[in-house]
Amino acid sequence: MALSAKALNPGDEHSEVVADNLSRTQLVMYSGASGDYNPLHSDEPYTTEVAGYPSVFAHGMLTMGLTGKMLTNYVGDARLTKFGVRFTNQVWPGDTLTATAVVTEIRQEGDDKLVDLDVKTTNQDGTTVVSGYATAKVDD
Amino acid sequence: MADKVKMPVEGSHIMMFARSLLDDNPIYSDAEYAAKSEAGSVIAPPTFGRAVAQFDPDYHLRPKSGEKWFGSGKNSTGLDGPAPSTGGLHAEQHYEYHRHLKPGDQLTMTSQLGKTWEKESKRAGLLKFTETVFEFHDQDGELVLTMRSVGVKTEKPVEQS
Repeated sequence: MALSAKALNPGDEHSEVVADNLSRTQLVMYSGASGDYNPLHSDEPYTTEVAGYPSVFAHGMLTMGLTGKMLTNYVGDARLTKFGVRFTNQVWPGDTLTATAVVTEIRQEGDDKLVDLDVKTTNQDGTTVVSGYATAKVDD
Repeated sequence: MADKVKMPVEGSHIMMFARSLLDDNPIYSDAEYAAKSEAGSVIAPPTFGRAVAQFDPDYHLRPKSGEKWFGSGKNSTGLDGPAPSTGGLHAEQHYEYHRHLKPGDQLTMTSQLGKTWEKESKRAGLLKFTETVFEFHDQDGELVLTMRSVGVKTEKPVEQS
């Protein structure tokens, strides 16, 4: 289900809701899977009383992982060659996140046809929480 | 993170990782489906490399036997003094895939400190950035994944608008 270069144009866009009312339990799931047990992501007394935040918040890597789910759904499995993001705002329990990829270029590199994408994930208020880029191999 | 960590890639770990993203793509759990797919086998989701933390015996964000933990127990922190990681946040993360990870891979991760820089911010005071570059080689010595991470220490908690 990979993309085809012939059918792609700069400006093409793919969007998905990747978290809907993000739960604290999902933060715990991500801690367990990733090995990042920072109490900022699961421990309300520590995070509010010691660290000084209004509540626990998502691992940046959880938000990147959710953004990656949109990308692999769009470009297909094992097609990504690059994926990078900056974390621009925190993600909180209850947030609903929409991840979007926009085609910037379709190009040839050696034997490979590649698509370059601008990547962005926003919350329910339209605030950008991660922004970045990805490159994937596509079919002719 | 330690500067050299051995990371075995296992199917059940990949399944748990994908579940934590609520990603039900069968390429992460169904070996039969995956064998018939273009990928040819179960593969790891694109951000899985960072789970190398599981295999670092000294990883500072995991409670360890016989050591005080900075998260809450009876009190809001288990330490007497200020917590060591307060103020540490993740600023950037970059992946370059030379091939995708799969169960059975025996990876060796080596890391090196990269650039450091500072920036003043309205919402969190002085920001100190540190870059780390991680390379993952497989059982045949091939470079399979390059990962670059930027961490930031903030002077104060990030102000919420």
